[in-house]
Amino acid sequence: MSASSTRETPPVRWGLTLLALAFLALFLVAPLVAVLAEAFAKGWDAYVRALSGDDTWSSIRLTLIVAAISVPLNVAFGLAASWAVAKFDFSGKSLLVSLIELPFSVSPVISGLIYVLLFGLQGLLGPWLAENDLKVIFAVPGIVLATVFVTFPFVARELIPLMEEQGREEEEAALTLGASGLAAFWLVTLPNVRWGLLYGVLLCNARAMGEFGAVSVVSGHIRGLTNTMPLHVEILYNEYDFVGAFAVASLLAVLALVTLAVKSALEWWHRDELAAAGH
Amino acid sequence: MAVLALSLPRRAPSVIPGFGPTLGFTLAYLSLIVLLPLAALVIKAAGTTLEQWTAILSDPRVLSALGLSFGGALAAALINAVFGLLVAWVLVRYPFPGRRLVDAAIDLPFALPTAVAGIALTALYAPNGWLGRLLEPLGVKVAFTPLGVVVAMVFIGLPFVVRTVEPVLHDVDLELEEAAASLGADRLQTFLRVILPAVLPSLLTGFSLALARAVGEYGSVIFIAGNLPGVSEIAPLLIVTKLEQYDYVGATAIATVMLAISFTLLLAVNLLQKWRRAQMGG
Repeated sequence: MSASSTRETPPVRWGLTLLALAFLALFLVAPLVAVLAEAFAKGWDAYVRALSGDDTWSSIRLTLIVAAISVPLNVAFGLAASWAVAKFDFSGKSLLVSLIELPFSVSPVISGLIYVLLFGLQGLLGPWLAENDLKVIFAVPGIVLATVFVTFPFVARELIPLMEEQGREEEEAALTLGASGLAAFWLVTLPNVRWGLLYGVLLCNARAMGEFGAVSVVSGHIRGLTNTMPLHVEILYNEYDFVGAFAVASLLAVLALVTLAVKSALEWWHRDELAAAGH
Repeated sequence: MAVLALSLPRRAPSVIPGFGPTLGFTLAYLSLIVLLPLAALVIKAAGTTLEQWTAILSDPRVLSALGLSFGGALAAALINAVFGLLVAWVLVRYPFPGRRLVDAAIDLPFALPTAVAGIALTALYAPNGWLGRLLEPLGVKVAFTPLGVVVAMVFIGLPFVVRTVEPVLHDVDLELEEAAASLGADRLQTFLRVILPAVLPSLLTGFSLALARAVGEYGSVIFIAGNLPGVSEIAPLLIVTKLEQYDYVGATAIATVMLAISFTLLLAVNLLQKWRRAQMGG
């Protein structure tokens, strides 16, 4: 059987390739180029000036703080959940895994709304919080909670299939040879899943720093206090400060590009050590 | 929580320690972050009277917003099904220079913050933008119309289709295609009769994931939509508007309807796939 029987003619091949590339250029490349073009529309000086405002710096600081709290929390959760799910058999396991993925199918705005319903002034715990002078909504704790919610599945989803694939023999061998459970985890399990963990952390961090909808609902948009970078982009944009908005947006775009580059590098060099599912 | 975990029924005996603490922490964290807040939504929705529900769900503005979110998402998911399959096909079957770079770029909508995508698409499609300027003489308005909503939803949903179809397309058995060819099928017939049925379940999965994501999408849509009530206002934005007016009941009702329809959709697709797999004998 000649190869031509399972291949398209060159004109068809080139036609389809060009059509696909044109679609990607229109929907992926053009927006990215637009961000940079708009950010530098009035030159380098205007760009630097746009980034040096106090409100911009406080939004950068808040974004870093929120990511620095929510990512480690979800890493701890991901490690615990994947250990429980992959190393033991128990009833209700598939339900647990589905529940872990649940936040991905909830709209970002609804992710924020549920915390307002719980902690807001009219919320279930609102009166109690007000009595004790605690503020969650329109404050940093609410922003952290909403971010933890939307990034909840990233690390666990990466580690669970990976640990399941690797089985239990290596840990069992370590334990039989006298290692403690914690030692087996640190010396056997963690090195086996390190690239998958890094992969999960990378995606979790990108979403944590870039989340807009959920954070927007709980933040209250108080300048200098509860504004993250994506929220600051919105405020500047709505004030017609386009260079400012796109300048802050360009920083987030660079974060996205770095994330993609590291992700591709991980997939290229450590494909075997990442979970089989999903990539 | 730990007590609850230890008393869970029937786990197979294992020499590996740590079942109680890790499962206990997992359940406690899951309950605090996900289940308890979602329960707050259910409690609020359950406390809403029938009259309130009827009033909210017969409001033309609410119906139009829900219609736009689901209708726009459906249109975008269909566009993504067609072009996502095309992109996956080209990436898997045709080697061309720069293919790995293009493949890596597919995930851009996952990585780019939605607000950034939103203002970038608006800058492109606004009447004085690079693309808007070209479309204006043709009488096509994208920014600040429902069409703009669909454009943003196409952007956000594309990777779901490409990433679910790609691996399946990779695994399509070339021998089947050769057999089809030797039996006299031309390429188009082979594609429609052999390749498409093989990738259809994954295409359907990608389609439903893109649909679910687009229905709830907020950040990339609100800038380009123009947000005219009754015309280009999406349901998530209406939730935000109601919250800003302290109308918690209204916001909760819209959110509940959205979640109910989304979960039903995803469940239906899951069942459909199980049924298909059973039909095809595994």
